[in-house]
Amino acid sequence: MTALMSTRRLTKTFGDVTALAEVDLDIHAGECVGLLGPNGAGKTTLLTMAQGLRRPTSGHVRLFGGDPLDAASRTALGSTPQATALPEALRVGEVLDFIAAHYPTPAPRDSIVEEFDLGPLVSKQCGSLSGGQQRRVAVALAFVGNPDLVLLDEPTTGLDVNARRTLWDAVRARHAAGCAVVVTSHHLEEIEQLARRVVVIDHGRVRADDTLATIVSSVARRRVTLTGVAPGQVRSLAPDAAVTSDDGVVEAVVEDADSLVRSLVAANLPFSNLEVRGATLEEAFLTLTTEAA
Amino acid sequence: MMSTAQLALVHTRYNLLETARVPIAVIGSLVFPTLAFCLFVLPQGVVTQDPEAATAAVASMTVFAFMSAGLFAIGIDLAEQRAKPWVPYMRTLPGKPSVRIGGLILATLVIACLAMVPLLVVGALFTSADPAFSDLLAAVGLVVVTSVPPMLIGVIIGTASGPKAAIAITQVAMFLLAFGGGLFLPPPLFAPWLDAASSVLPIRQAREIVVGAANGQGVPLWAVLGIVAWTAALGALAVWLHRRDEGRRYR
Repeated sequence: MTALMSTRRLTKTFGDVTALAEVDLDIHAGECVGLLGPNGAGKTTLLTMAQGLRRPTSGHVRLFGGDPLDAASRTALGSTPQATALPEALRVGEVLDFIAAHYPTPAPRDSIVEEFDLGPLVSKQCGSLSGGQQRRVAVALAFVGNPDLVLLDEPTTGLDVNARRTLWDAVRARHAAGCAVVVTSHHLEEIEQLARRVVVIDHGRVRADDTLATIVSSVARRRVTLTGVAPGQVRSLAPDAAVTSDDGVVEAVVEDADSLVRSLVAANLPFSNLEVRGATLEEAFLTLTTEAA
Repeated sequence: MMSTAQLALVHTRYNLLETARVPIAVIGSLVFPTLAFCLFVLPQGVVTQDPEAATAAVASMTVFAFMSAGLFAIGIDLAEQRAKPWVPYMRTLPGKPSVRIGGLILATLVIACLAMVPLLVVGALFTSADPAFSDLLAAVGLVVVTSVPPMLIGVIIGTASGPKAAIAITQVAMFLLAFGGGLFLPPPLFAPWLDAASSVLPIRQAREIVVGAANGQGVPLWAVLGIVAWTAALGALAVWLHRRDEGRRYR
């Protein structure tokens, strides 16, 4: 099976900053892949090279077997503009038609309008839409050309819960109809809703590439904070924990918080102010990154 | 799938539609050349009462209308568009970059042609300019063709600079080209060194071609060769700049 999009040793540097380092990645037909990583990890840089917006510094990226810089390679690709970028003076229906004119077999306008619930917006000028409405139009534009592969960069950033669900449903329906989807996010929830396969990117490198379940369990960490004990004592009880201490407060990011607490009690350590909470994705990445180093 | 030319026409249509929704922007470009003509040329009886000088003055002002449209509409618009995230999105669509630029140039030409209409009407009614109909048609055709270099200068400015820099560069370029090209002051009044320098400019060449055609005196060969060379050089530079453009960069 040939990949819709593939990169080999793909590297991009801006001056002395390496945004992406030797990334190998294949996206196949019908897949739904989440690109997960903290801000500045290189997710967007990867997508802009796949879209033909930037040239790789070294390595290469192929889109439908061709060079993404070549317009013909982008015939079956769908992307979203930033929501605030829609041409203010044009009506939503006009923007849909304008974009559709670029594709050989665009999706019928009515089906796009219905799936993304754009009916009440079609005759409005883009400048008059709310932020959430603009985002819905922006995501819908990715599907106007009836693409085989869609790249969604942070599709629901800044939306409320209802608006997110509507948009996720629409994207899932399109995926079920056979369109491969790559979605970037730094929200685990968004990735969980849309992706089956997850690629974790950090500092420009692929840290993990696995099924959603495996990735979620590997980044699902708990953060335990307590006082009255030395960092070394915690480290000896939980050797896989990332332990830091600040002003007497010891903080441990661990996979199994329950077992750490049990061993603290069993060791009869004089701890106090014990707190356990879910680690944020950023904190989980920190531990993944320290383990990799 | 539409051909590149068809797609460029689609871009032209939406470009004009956007412009028409903010009509104040169009009114400026439509009225300015005629207004300048009324204020600077009409009061000069020496010019308006001499058929040849009057024809040359109207012809120069049409060259100016197309040049300012090229520099302002294309240079500044393109620089502004490039600073917004809509253009990077357009570049991910399966259309060549020439489609978007071509659409912008065609839309600009349409506006410039409209701006020429009141200018020709004022010239016909209030001056003794009276070119033969065939000469008029030739001059109108040539003013469109010879506006390619300033359009390309607009593309170059818009691709190479940010929106604020583009405004400054465009204003300086427009003043130098309009004055140096003999559009404000007729070249017969130039000192010999200025005349020689002016002859190298594409705007002066455009003026000589259009004025020559309008007065039925024929088109000077040196000007044709010069403007063809400019078109090729500016076109190559515009394409090269566009290829290496990766959108706006921050450091």
